[in-house]
Amino acid sequence: MPPRVESSHLRVGLAPIRTTLDNGAVVLAKSTSTTPAVAISLAMRAGSAMDPDDAPGTTWLLSRLIDRGTTSRPAAVIAEELDSRGISLTVTVTRHSFTIVCTCLSEDFEPVIALLGDMLMAPSLAEEEIATRKGEVITAIRQDDDNPAVRAMETLMAHLYPGGHPYGRRTKGSIDIVESLTRADLARQHAARFAPAALTAVLVGDVDPARATDVAAGVFGHWRTVALPRPLLPPVVPATRRQRIVIPMMNKAQADIAYGFTAIARRDPAYYAFWLMNNVFGQYAIGGRLGDSIRERQGMAYYVSSSLDANIAEGPLSIRAGVGPGNVDRAIASIDEEIASVVRDGITQKELDDSRRYLIGSIPRALETNAAIANFLQTEEVFSLGLDYDARLPDLLTAVTLDEVNAAARRVLDPGRATVVVAGPYEA
Amino acid sequence: MVRSTVLDNGLKVLVQEEHTAPLASVWCWYKVGSKDERPGLTGVSHWVEHMNFKGTTNIPRDQVKGIIEQFGGSWNGYTWIDETTYFETATRDALDRMLFIESERMGSCLYHPDDCESERTVIISELQGGENDPDQLLDQELTATAFKAHPYRHPTIGWLPDLQTMTRDDLYGYYRRHYVPNNATLVIVGDVDTDEALRRVDRYFGAITPGDPPARIRTVEPEQTGERRLAIRKEGTTAYLKVGYHAPSATDPLFAPLLILDAVLTGAKGVNLWSSFRVPPPQRSARLYRVLVEKGLASAISGSLMPTAEPFLYTLSATATDGTALDAVGTALLDEIDRVRRNGITDAELAKAKAQLRARLVFDNDSVTNIAHQLGYFATVASVDLFAILPARIAAVTVDDAAAVADAVFLPSNRTVGWFEPLPVGNGSLK
Repeated sequence: MPPRVESSHLRVGLAPIRTTLDNGAVVLAKSTSTTPAVAISLAMRAGSAMDPDDAPGTTWLLSRLIDRGTTSRPAAVIAEELDSRGISLTVTVTRHSFTIVCTCLSEDFEPVIALLGDMLMAPSLAEEEIATRKGEVITAIRQDDDNPAVRAMETLMAHLYPGGHPYGRRTKGSIDIVESLTRADLARQHAARFAPAALTAVLVGDVDPARATDVAAGVFGHWRTVALPRPLLPPVVPATRRQRIVIPMMNKAQADIAYGFTAIARRDPAYYAFWLMNNVFGQYAIGGRLGDSIRERQGMAYYVSSSLDANIAEGPLSIRAGVGPGNVDRAIASIDEEIASVVRDGITQKELDDSRRYLIGSIPRALETNAAIANFLQTEEVFSLGLDYDARLPDLLTAVTLDEVNAAARRVLDPGRATVVVAGPYEA
Repeated sequence: MVRSTVLDNGLKVLVQEEHTAPLASVWCWYKVGSKDERPGLTGVSHWVEHMNFKGTTNIPRDQVKGIIEQFGGSWNGYTWIDETTYFETATRDALDRMLFIESERMGSCLYHPDDCESERTVIISELQGGENDPDQLLDQELTATAFKAHPYRHPTIGWLPDLQTMTRDDLYGYYRRHYVPNNATLVIVGDVDTDEALRRVDRYFGAITPGDPPARIRTVEPEQTGERRLAIRKEGTTAYLKVGYHAPSATDPLFAPLLILDAVLTGAKGVNLWSSFRVPPPQRSARLYRVLVEKGLASAISGSLMPTAEPFLYTLSATATDGTALDAVGTALLDEIDRVRRNGITDAELAKAKAQLRARLVFDNDSVTNIAHQLGYFATVASVDLFAILPARIAAVTVDDAAAVADAVFLPSNRTVGWFEPLPVGNGSLK
């Protein structure tokens, strides 16, 4: 069966070429001419949410090993192949994705994607490499333990998503679990989750899209493994009462506050209203309304903002701030007040118009570099947004009404149901 | 192709057309950074930068935000040892507004006393946030130890007692002395017409009066005569090691060979302070990576050599793996450095380092924002010409050049070694 090709080239916008190989792998290719370079993004739908329930951190450790040797290439050969071309890989694990990203010179595109494909499909998972990478991961966990911002956010997620929900787990896992993982555990996870039907390869840069697609098909077309069915995520249950958790870290100079709610899934029809609401509330210019109050008017924090992480399941809306220990209570009270004000009085039409104009106007900037375009196309694919999503986005934002934005605020924001975490030189 | 010109008032202007996206980036650079600060006023350059976002004669305080956002743009600024800079990147039709903002910032910022006070706590919060990171704390102390006399010794954010006592008049006086057109470089890169852009620059900046050239601190750091060591012992979970060597400035012929040595030791980073650190270097086959990370002694190793106006530091930073003694990390690191100093590097290593740097210099310039940054950065710390010839200088480096710079820089007497040794955490309730 020939590859199935879709194109949005008749429309204005990115117009990538999308091809589905007969083994289910998806290839998205887009030509640009900014620099003589190509961004390669290979995403597997195999994130930390698919870790075994009794072994969170398995996927993270696998991500540290994926580029450390394949069945046909020793680690040292891979290191030499990458370094000699000035390439560094970024391997990331999120809740739902395992992604390898790099930028290479155009002249190196073919050997580099062949190398990356080999890593994804046939990692060797050598015992000596596992031992070394475990040491690195354990050190990273220890560093996280000493970082108030990380501890505040991880604790917030654990309380918003309790009872072992995958969104509440530490992506890196715990030291005990990392120490206990074996080569067989990692090989089992790879075999269960890495398969062509779970792969999206995005190729953006100074390369002909048809040739890029052919090259990717040559690398991945013969891959024939099948992944296990994806596990169902447990339901997300919104908090019914306010919780406050304090993690005293008296060796630190500044306290980090993480304050949040469970919010919405990316496929929720209200997503665009939530996006605009969050921009007004905690993003626009320097931190939206939150930044105006806590940084600009009260001078309490160097950083304060909110973020919306709408995901496959209902992700969080979280507010983060770094403040001196003497300002923790006042900062939390100010966040409460700003939430109460948004819910009680709503945002104004002017605020909505300003944020909307900003978000629509920022699209060319957000899609300027090859790496940024590749990331955008991966999001488009994960959430089935369509090949013309970038072209439709202005209309999607324009269609949102003030009532919808204020309804979004009322649906999620409520100081009485907030989960509030403070980590730093502060004791309740 | 960069068009370079100088207005009658001394403002340098650089314009480069890039028509790959409907965007423009405007940066205004000032030759003022923490090296221009006197004792008692450390941190003033950075605090002034913060104040220059708080309204001007013609941009009321409450209307600062929105001007660039209505064009979908981003804006920001930063301060470091040699420079302070501000930028906006937005759709090309915002060019006029971007130039207006930068012209206002140069001559008409308000410095309302209430805003100065409010910003004092914001900056102290920024300082404390940095101190939460042991690696950053060690970097600050290492730099302060490596320099005895030169003002590069104090951190750009300043020392806390100075931040607690500085006055509004200190800030405003510093602003007036340094924010003059003859101390600045304006850079425009993007989907613009050069002639039209220059006409607009003249309209917004041409009437700004030049000032007296700012007085400079002329301290030259005396040659270091022996290794210096410092240890920070503080509650924490992880041990860090840093080694700093006094290094050549950007214009020094030894700078390019030292870039090559850094690539051999820790992988090439490129030379873009704004973006290089966002992507890890290609370092799997780098010497110190193999000696420290592959052997399980460290979980991370990095090197930092930035182009600076005067001789600064080449710094190596290692994070010890959990349970590894810092002595073992330090011994392995210094042994390898000594090996390079004694034996130099190989032809193959030189070729690989050059290939890495060639690729990184391409990756450094992937957006109008990054291109504009590089032009303005080099114009401020050295010259645009140096930026243009840097690839050729790198290409011309020989193994003998690398050996010579290793011999000159990697002397034990030229280095400062810093440890962060974690003490058991008493109140952190770690699980």
